[in-house]
Amino acid sequence: MPDAPASDLLPRESILRDAALVMGKDLRIERHSKVTLGQLLPFALLVLILFAFALDPDRRILEEATPGLFWLAVLFSMLLAIQRAFSVETADGVIDALRLSDLDPAGIFLGKAAGIGLHLLVLEAALLVGVTVLYGTTPHGWLLLAATMLTATAGLAAAGSLYGVLAAGLRVRDTLLPILMLPVVAPVLIAGTEAFTAAYEQSSGEGWRWCGLLAVFAALYVVIGIFAFEPLLEES
Amino acid sequence: MTTPSNDSGAGLLRLHPDGTASRGSRILGIVVLVGSVLFLYVALVASKPDESLDAMGQLVRIMYVHVPAAIACYLAFFVTAVASAMYLWKRTTGWDALAASSAEIGVVFTALTLLTGSIWGHTTWGTWWEWDPRLTSTALMFVLYIGYLALRRAIIDPVSRAKQSAILGIIAFANVPIVHYSVDWWRSLHQTATVASLDPQIDGLRLFALFLGMILAMLLYAWLLLHRFRLEFASQALEAKGLDYALQERRAEGRADAAEVAATAAPALDAEEVR
Amino acid sequence: MDAVVRFRAAVCLLGRFPALAGVDLDVAPGEIVLLQGPNGAGKTTLLRACAGLVPVTEGEATVLGVDLVADRRPVRPLVGVLGHRTGLYDDLSVAENVRFWSRAGRSRVADADAALARLGLDGRLADVPVAMLSAGQRRRTALAILVARRPRLWLLDEPHAALDQDGRDLVDRLMTDAVGAGATVLFASHELDRARAVAHRTVTVAGGTVSGLLDGAVAAPAAEPAGEVPVA
Repeated sequence: MPDAPASDLLPRESILRDAALVMGKDLRIERHSKVTLGQLLPFALLVLILFAFALDPDRRILEEATPGLFWLAVLFSMLLAIQRAFSVETADGVIDALRLSDLDPAGIFLGKAAGIGLHLLVLEAALLVGVTVLYGTTPHGWLLLAATMLTATAGLAAAGSLYGVLAAGLRVRDTLLPILMLPVVAPVLIAGTEAFTAAYEQSSGEGWRWCGLLAVFAALYVVIGIFAFEPLLEES
Repeated sequence: MTTPSNDSGAGLLRLHPDGTASRGSRILGIVVLVGSVLFLYVALVASKPDESLDAMGQLVRIMYVHVPAAIACYLAFFVTAVASAMYLWKRTTGWDALAASSAEIGVVFTALTLLTGSIWGHTTWGTWWEWDPRLTSTALMFVLYIGYLALRRAIIDPVSRAKQSAILGIIAFANVPIVHYSVDWWRSLHQTATVASLDPQIDGLRLFALFLGMILAMLLYAWLLLHRFRLEFASQALEAKGLDYALQERRAEGRADAAEVAATAAPALDAEEVR
Repeated sequence: MDAVVRFRAAVCLLGRFPALAGVDLDVAPGEIVLLQGPNGAGKTTLLRACAGLVPVTEGEATVLGVDLVADRRPVRPLVGVLGHRTGLYDDLSVAENVRFWSRAGRSRVADADAALARLGLDGRLADVPVAMLSAGQRRRTALAILVARRPRLWLLDEPHAALDQDGRDLVDRLMTDAVGAGATVLFASHELDRARAVAHRTVTVAGGTVSGLLDGAVAAPAAEPAGEVPVA
């Protein structure tokens, strides 16, 4: 019955185990709250519809611009996804609890990024269906499309987790996050659009080079995040 | 909490009551002034306008401002990145003040670069913006560092502000080559034949004017940095000084409150002793 | 035996405000110490500083052998905090919260389940999302996480607030049981009657400083009447 102080804490396990724990927690939150499926997904499709209003549903324009519009919709949804992912962590003193827990901050970073990335991939899949149906384009070059989505999403999720935790503790985070993030992810927009264009036009050569750029971007931000997340988490 | 060193002698970290000027900065200022006069003469009078263009040829002279301004803004952001790294290593407020000041000046030079670039472009292309790769990445960099300044404004705690903006200062600069490379590559694929690049033929006196401009811009940047840095450093020192007063006030409040609590606790003490 | 908490002239800043303006404090192992004082006195900051959540900028501060001025992070796994805010994910259920935070805090799952039972949360309430609980039930959930953690130092900020009579009795029992098993408790409260009954010693916090003596002995000089209330 007496709860003796735990001098025998469980041994520190790996960063990946911490990341899996955090990602599992985020997925469980999504399962209960259904924000990604119920709000972000409709938002993403709504953006596609608004583009049609803005660009005159002369299908030629929409068809030609499909790759760019796709990635623009992804970027706007990404902003909301990051805001959501970190508003969960700043509510109710949770961030103090994270600091007090024995979770490795690098593990928390990887877990948050993985969770955000997974949600983004779901949104992108829906958007792909969306542009096929709404803009009348037929996807080609599936391997390149898939590779582009994976690498671009990894970069967006990693950069997003980094800037998300930076902005999380601020009162002005909702207006600050976009201007911090969008210049940074502009290369992802460019590269994603070019790669998708190459895939759709079935001239994949250049497309793979752009995919390579996305991979470099993702690797860079994963590394930066692993090191920079801890001090930023402390200051939030 | 680090107390800034108050050496009133020479050196960058001066806290002189009369202001941010010093013998060094005055000499620098005079050099910049004299150099500007020389530069204006060479740029406006001595060098010949680009003959290939017609009446707009005179406006090409704006290149003499555009290129140096661009050099200065990249220098400024490089200094911010280095100062940020130094802050994270040494944790002294001077490095944070340097990073912030340099970023501010950098943003001003970037705005100047964009403005002059747009005007120069107008002489070449006839429109105010043609998505020239260098100008486009400069525009992105502009927003990036405005974000940096916005972040600094959003954090009140000086130590927290210094740490977070230092990390951002380094990451932002790391983004610059990525943005450049991707924008450049992107435009190289889509450049239409009618759009000429922004580089006219430069030789002889024009080259000299350009070099003079670049040196002048760097000196002007240094002069502005000196003053802005001292201002920033002094204001952070003022904040630290305010802390000492706040500590005194807090302790006085504590003594008053403690006496009050003692007064209310005294009856309880008697009750305890009876038990 | 080494003091669990030892502060000498410790200064803690919240932004530019000196929340702690020079605190001297000693807490011995196995003690239950009550922090009392007016609002804004610095009780919360003092507790957070002991938890390693707030940097100590001047003075000396050692908790459980960890020098907080040098690096405050190693003290965090050793302490348990019950703060004003619950630290719970609103969208998850009680059981999911307790299990997640237990696994995050390196506690065993068995401890988490036992804690749920101890706090009366293992029945119907276990699967209710935290967002739908009352303030008192959320407090209990936060307490369950604390209990499962089995820390050596308990830091409780107004633990009786928002709880009903049963809940308050439970908190008192938890504190005495924890100390009985070798832990130390430092808590702040405005419920002075109940708190003084369970505390071994009272310390007054005012204006970011602590008045009263260091080692809990009865005050001898009449000039220092405040703060020391010996428990019979």
